[in-house]
Amino acid sequence: MISQDILVVGGGLAGLAAALSCDPNLKVAVVSKVHPLRSHSVAAQGGINAALGNSPDGRDDSWERHAFDTIKGSDYLADQDIAELMCQKAVSAIYELEYLGVPFSRFPGGVIAQRPFGGAGFPRTCYAADRTGLVILHTLFEQSIRKQVKFFNEWLVTKLIVKDGKCLGVVVYDLATGQIVPVRARAVIFTTGGYGRVYSRTTNAYINHGSGIGIAYKAGVPLRDMEFVQFHPTSLFGKNILITEGARGEGGYLVNNKGKRFLEDYAPSAMELAPRDIVARSIQTEIDKGNGFDNQYIHLDLRHIGEEKIKKRLPGIREICINFAAIDPVDTPIPIQPAQHYSMGGIDVNAKCASLVEGFFAAGECACVGVHGANRLGGNSLLDTVVFGKISGEEASIYVKGSEETNNSEKFLLEEALEVKARIEEWEKRSSGVRVHRLLEELKVVMSENVGIFRKKKDLTEALEKISELKEDYKRVYLYGKCLRYSQELVNILEFDSMLDLAEVITLGALKREETRGSHYRLDFKERNDENWLKHTLVTCKEGKPQISYSGVNISKYKPEERKY
Amino acid sequence: MEYLFKIFRYDPLKDEHPYFEDYSFETKEKKSLLEALMEIRNEQDSTLAFRYSCREAICGSCAMVINGNFDMACRTELQKLGSSQIVIEPLPNLEIQKDLVVDMEPFWQALSQIKPYIFPGEKMQEQGHRIEEKEMEKIFQYINCIMCGCCYSVCPVVSRDERYLGAAALAKLYRFVKDPRDKRPFSSLSGVNTEGGVWGCDTVFRCNEVCPKEVRPADGIEALRRKLVVEKIKRIFRFGR
Ligand SMILES: Cc1cc2nc3c(=O)[nH]c(=O)nc-3n(C[C@H](O)[C@H](O)[C@H](O)COP(=O)(O)OP(=O)(O)OC[C@H]3O[C@@H](n4cnc5c(N)ncnc54)[C@H](O)[C@@H]3O)c2cc1C
Ligand code: SF4
Ligand code: SF4
Ligand code: FES
Repeated sequence: MISQDILVVGGGLAGLAAALSCDPNLKVAVVSKVHPLRSHSVAAQGGINAALGNSPDGRDDSWERHAFDTIKGSDYLADQDIAELMCQKAVSAIYELEYLGVPFSRFPGGVIAQRPFGGAGFPRTCYAADRTGLVILHTLFEQSIRKQVKFFNEWLVTKLIVKDGKCLGVVVYDLATGQIVPVRARAVIFTTGGYGRVYSRTTNAYINHGSGIGIAYKAGVPLRDMEFVQFHPTSLFGKNILITEGARGEGGYLVNNKGKRFLEDYAPSAMELAPRDIVARSIQTEIDKGNGFDNQYIHLDLRHIGEEKIKKRLPGIREICINFAAIDPVDTPIPIQPAQHYSMGGIDVNAKCASLVEGFFAAGECACVGVHGANRLGGNSLLDTVVFGKISGEEASIYVKGSEETNNSEKFLLEEALEVKARIEEWEKRSSGVRVHRLLEELKVVMSENVGIFRKKKDLTEALEKISELKEDYKRVYLYGKCLRYSQELVNILEFDSMLDLAEVITLGALKREETRGSHYRLDFKERNDENWLKHTLVTCKEGKPQISYSGVNISKYKPEERKY
Repeated sequence: MEYLFKIFRYDPLKDEHPYFEDYSFETKEKKSLLEALMEIRNEQDSTLAFRYSCREAICGSCAMVINGNFDMACRTELQKLGSSQIVIEPLPNLEIQKDLVVDMEPFWQALSQIKPYIFPGEKMQEQGHRIEEKEMEKIFQYINCIMCGCCYSVCPVVSRDERYLGAAALAKLYRFVKDPRDKRPFSSLSGVNTEGGVWGCDTVFRCNEVCPKEVRPADGIEALRRKLVVEKIKRIFRFGR
């Protein structure tokens, strides 16, 4: 049986940062459902935040200002001590990345360039044109080659094995062989990313099913603040490929069908650079009011920025527009609409990235460590992945070195793998039933229509009913293609189980939270309600059913005040 | 519009020979080739295997040969192919795992061989390196690479000489050599001063033609050659004196 000291699940930024920071004397491996460079992190465009103060307009920036912006942006649901921790570590994290070879763009004088981003008081977002994710992911992958990190690629984790409150390993589906295998590990770190594909319109990669979050939930780990789903204001109309906030950071305008920069009605001082929740709602409101084009999209106009700057600072955006919309933003405005983008919630972990289950850690988008609260600021997620990815690796190492190895876990692990195998055989044996892609289509529609940007009780209740019907249907799912090697169908069936749970947890949290905060906007409760709702939602799976509870928010320095931009 | 897809199929564990399977596919909307393949898989044949992830030509997963051309399935629009028959084959020069899924291991191995990471030289500076943008711009062409493998797979030298590292790995090496922060000793280039390295290339530039990200990886190979030659002349000159 494959046996590791630390098993990192996920090869995106958080996963590679974790693997690189594990104690080199321990036996460490990374498992990922795709080759690491194919992870969704590679698509990140706009940049990564740190208060370097390099911009002429940003000399007074400091990590405290960064923390304040993060907390205010979160609509005060961020844990302030943890947001401070992240912002404090941001500066050295950027310099470390730079040292490792990340080719950041530069200002005259040779320092790392920084651009303005939404909800930030100063130009604070470090970038490499508009391919920041690509260059950071490639750099960390290169470092993994240097450090000879062990990878198991195209392995899908399907189950987290926990016994008596302690993590013992995972069960994986090996796509190349079609086998189901247990992997023993003394510590497991999940860095499995977001669940964007639970929605029809999303900027996320096709592979972002969020199964890691669902697997942890099934294993009894609580999920936190899952109702907070970020909708990005600007995705390419139709395809929903992201058009980075950096496009507005570089000066882009949002314009309705009357030719008006309508944000003056919603966020008169920050305008296009208000936080995402506000801009996304403003856009959707304009479209709903009939001020959109074809009632479906509005324009992101970059023309006044000029060809030279577009080509230099936003070459990837230009390429996307040319490839996927057959327009050149140099001379045509980009049709855009909001789309699901990011998960503020996730696996509930503390500042050490440790969960309730001993030996089980999580970092990156799949985790909720508490820095983003009800709304994440652009550029803070890449930061989250590198800062907390690193912490998770360090902490898991400390844990492994200080803990006793569980003996005789092999038999239990094998049994758990057999259970997964039996489930698959069942799907394989059936010659009729329901196909998983149909269920997925239905789920996406429900989530987009009922649990989207604007929410209300009736829609949410309906969604919960629909989700439980889909859970029933899922019991009759079957494998149509009877070959287990490289079966994307099997991947989808396995992951759909998680997607159903996630949909349920998101919707339940949204239904219960009778207030508006950050990305969670209730048409029937339009105000933020600090008295009753300044608290985290926790959902735990008890005998297959979600159980909801709440926990306090760490509020140290910054008193909640009204968010105005 | 109705299309006839002829898709390469091969499961080395089951099939004696590869074969092409026909699928008819109808659509009224604009669709990418990747979307079409996913629909065919969902609706017609879910044993059909291919790779994908980002659907925006940035992750490098979905390279294949489409009506004879190397490209990413996700950025290929069906309508633009200008033909109702679409022949799809896996990347050549790599072993088939199943259908359109090839074994990329030799490609990754080649990458590892060139030490694809920065040699930072001195200790980490508190404020990072200071480098003007125009210096960094020299490597921008190369950092666009998404490691899709098209250049490797099209290369005639890769197909006949298993030692040859291929364009992507060599261009990556040049990306570091050209990086003002990299302090790689010149001697470390001896590994590519060989037929398996820069001298293997026949400079017909098939790689530059097929690259979906306009990396022009062979520019990097040629630049490395120049560097090696210039350096050699310098040395001879030095010894001669
Ligand atoms: C288009 C786009 C642009 C963005 N731009 C920015 C930006 O400019 N700045 C910013 O701060 N943030 C940005 N974000 C957000 C940020 O990129 C992501 O939140 C972040 O990259 C997530 O990294 P991660 O390592 O947590 O997850 P990912 O990069 O998604 O990696 C997840 C990994 O887990 C693996 N995995 C998942 N499930 C399983 C399983 N069951 N078994 C095995 N392996 C599994 C996957 O293979 C993958 O390797 C952007 C997001 C999008 C969608
Ligand atoms: S130019 Fe060199 S690397 Fe490129 S395809 Fe030809 S032989 Fe291969
Ligand atoms: S150089 Fe171009 S063709 Fe070669 S791997 Fe990179 S992106 Fe692909
Ligand atoms: S799916 Fe990522 S490059 Fe095509």
